[in-house]
Amino acid sequence: MAEEKKLFKVKIDNISVEVEPGTSILNAARRIGGDIVPPAMCYYSKLQGSGGKCRTCLVKVTKGSEADPRPMPKLVASCRTNVMDGMEVANITSPEVQEARKGVVEFLLLNHPLDCPVCDQAGECHLQDLSYEHGADTTRYEFKRRTFDRIDIGDKIQLHMTRCILCYRCVFTADQMTEKREHGVLGRGEAAEIGTYIQQSLDNNFIGNVIDVCPVGALTDKTFRFKNRVWFLKPVDAHRDCHDPKCCGKTVLWMRGDEVFRVTARKDKYGEVEEWICDTCRFDKKDVKDWTIEGPRKIERQSVISQGHYVGVHKPKDTLVEVLEGRQPKLLLDIHDISEVNRPEIDLSQIDGPAHSDDFNKK
Amino acid sequence: MGRKLLFDKAHIEGIRYYDVYRANGGYGSAEKALKSMKPEEVLEEVKKSGLRGRGGAGFPTGMKWSFIAKPEGVPRYLVCNADESEPGTFKDRYLMEFIPHLLIEGLLISSYTLGCNSCYIYIRGEYAWIPEILEQAIAEAKKNGWLGKNIQGTGFDLEIYVQRGAGAYICGEETALIESLEGKRGNPRIKPPFPAVKGLWDCPTVVNNVETLAAVVPILRIGGDEYAKYGIGKSTGTKLISACGNINKPGVYEIEMNISVEEFIYSDEYCGGIANGKRLKACIPGGSSVPILPANLLLKTAKGEQRMMTYEGLADGGFATGTMLGSGGFIVLDEDQCIVKNTLTFARFYHHESCGQCSPCREGTGWMKRVLQNIENGKGKMSDIDLLWDIQRKIEGNTICPLGDAAAWPVAAAIRHFRDEFEWHVLHPEEATKRNFGLAHYADPLEIAAPAAV
Repeated sequence: MAEEKKLFKVKIDNISVEVEPGTSILNAARRIGGDIVPPAMCYYSKLQGSGGKCRTCLVKVTKGSEADPRPMPKLVASCRTNVMDGMEVANITSPEVQEARKGVVEFLLLNHPLDCPVCDQAGECHLQDLSYEHGADTTRYEFKRRTFDRIDIGDKIQLHMTRCILCYRCVFTADQMTEKREHGVLGRGEAAEIGTYIQQSLDNNFIGNVIDVCPVGALTDKTFRFKNRVWFLKPVDAHRDCHDPKCCGKTVLWMRGDEVFRVTARKDKYGEVEEWICDTCRFDKKDVKDWTIEGPRKIERQSVISQGHYVGVHKPKDTLVEVLEGRQPKLLLDIHDISEVNRPEIDLSQIDGPAHSDDFNKK
Repeated sequence: MGRKLLFDKAHIEGIRYYDVYRANGGYGSAEKALKSMKPEEVLEEVKKSGLRGRGGAGFPTGMKWSFIAKPEGVPRYLVCNADESEPGTFKDRYLMEFIPHLLIEGLLISSYTLGCNSCYIYIRGEYAWIPEILEQAIAEAKKNGWLGKNIQGTGFDLEIYVQRGAGAYICGEETALIESLEGKRGNPRIKPPFPAVKGLWDCPTVVNNVETLAAVVPILRIGGDEYAKYGIGKSTGTKLISACGNINKPGVYEIEMNISVEEFIYSDEYCGGIANGKRLKACIPGGSSVPILPANLLLKTAKGEQRMMTYEGLADGGFATGTMLGSGGFIVLDEDQCIVKNTLTFARFYHHESCGQCSPCREGTGWMKRVLQNIENGKGKMSDIDLLWDIQRKIEGNTICPLGDAAAWPVAAAIRHFRDEFEWHVLHPEEATKRNFGLAHYADPLEIAAPAAV
């Protein structure tokens, strides 16, 4: 008879949950879900050894365990601290934690260029979400920010160290996904940077996954750079028979119309990929014909991408006539009367998705 | 004269060599331990002695040794932390340079107690000449049957390896040291697991400071109970203090932990008073990372009692009015020294030495340095002082390893005790670049509140 596993009772922000021994506080919180889940910038459940570096997931342990009820003296990184039976943790209920998290976000943003308007990661950037939630309105940093030159690692990936927050996720990915460790961290302290020594290109078939794990826009897909904003694209689930046995072949296509703009792995609601994909799927299969499309993908995040849903969208009711008590609004000026740019013969409402210059150029 | 345990024979000509060391009773403790005692009995002696870690934290050594996991078939390691990089601390250097056999004997006894068959000395890269001294001593010890296979016919094997660091302060942190020893980038590991369970090559490991391991030798020589009679209270035995700064006689001193700070600074046996007839302004008693104290709080505690050179004595009053014994890097500042500049020097050091792994330390240390640079160079604002306070508060306790705390404490203490000097720097930018704030009231007797009438 299988021995019944003893579960640990944990209380996080006064919500009880039972988890298996060996679970981290962060994963216990994710079991509960909702607001009490600490943010994580460096922890990645699929990568061994990740976590503990960014310090955004700091929580206060108010009661160590049933056996030793003393609170822990310092705030702990919830991603790397395992739960004990009877542990009580305060995350959003502790002002101390909120204060520390605010401090950490300030430190992370200190040297970050905040170039979201020209960054490809905008819209799906964890740092962006984090700074909306915990960041201050202005910076108190009055000095020159740290900058680096952009480096091409391989012909498909670009590294822009200026945006990097040194979460080490890509280092772990390169270490664990590929046979040969080809990139790591050079320098120390403020001068630390992700580097492939002598800019050696990473030509492994799985190295593209570093783009998916990057929480910021430091590693970007060169086949997608500046092509489109992510929130203008429609994510759809798709799959294909990939010959690489390590590749799952299950992806998300980011499309507009019939065009596939980019291919990524499927990510869960914490931004972690569900299964890894190979570079052939990611970079080379950008034709709808290569894929079997399953249907629209629901992006479960509070970001702007979720605005692009197909399902559950209701056409807004035309209330203008109601407000005007039955009178039709009077058109003061038709833009086509004065504009030479707009083409009156093109009906904007007939264009799929947002307008693109191509829509006006083609005859 | 204070009693000495480590340096009692340091003055003997040629003590560096095996023959002289042996002729003066060297390896007597090792002989006693290996031939007539069980490892548990040695551990018991160390526990009885009340020896505390001499590297800075002051954790009881016997307790640390008893934590080591002992799974079957897994080797255990002892690592000697000789990566002495704290500004102001140079006691281990003296010990390794002049009496290397004392350390080797200590390593032998400790390894026997812990059941380790290989032992590493991780020495800082800048001590370029010391590895040779140690390796020569190891070779001598091996020749005379104190290392290698079947030591002195007891059946115990031990090899000692000397590994040089590459000059990073962070590699003095025990888990970073282990990473570096494994040949990796010296990033501190996230604890738990602690090295006692999963250390070097994922095996149980004990990391101890040079002085701690050397102190095991006198403990075995005189017995744990006798050793505990040295010093006061929980601060047993003797401590090496490396005194530097504006004193008449800088150097490494072995003190019994029962003297006062005043005696240490002003007596002719030790520092011999402040140099050039100046007055004492401030002191950092335990290496750069411990809080700085102004003269009045250094000599007397907030309660008006004499401050003693012990773990508890220096920590009296917590961080509000006290400091720490730390690693014993005793830095004395006279009235001509500028606290802002001193704080900037430390901030610059920690900024340079931050490993860059976790964000508060990587970004915060540089920020503190730049703000301090502004204040020092006459470009500071009043708000910068509060900003500094806020930055250090957000670094402290939120980092992976204690380097974050070590960077935050000197800044916090300088602002706590010398805020008027920071303000003077901001208000008199021109003057501050030319002359010094001076002593002000830092040496004035403390005002002790009269006890409330009953």
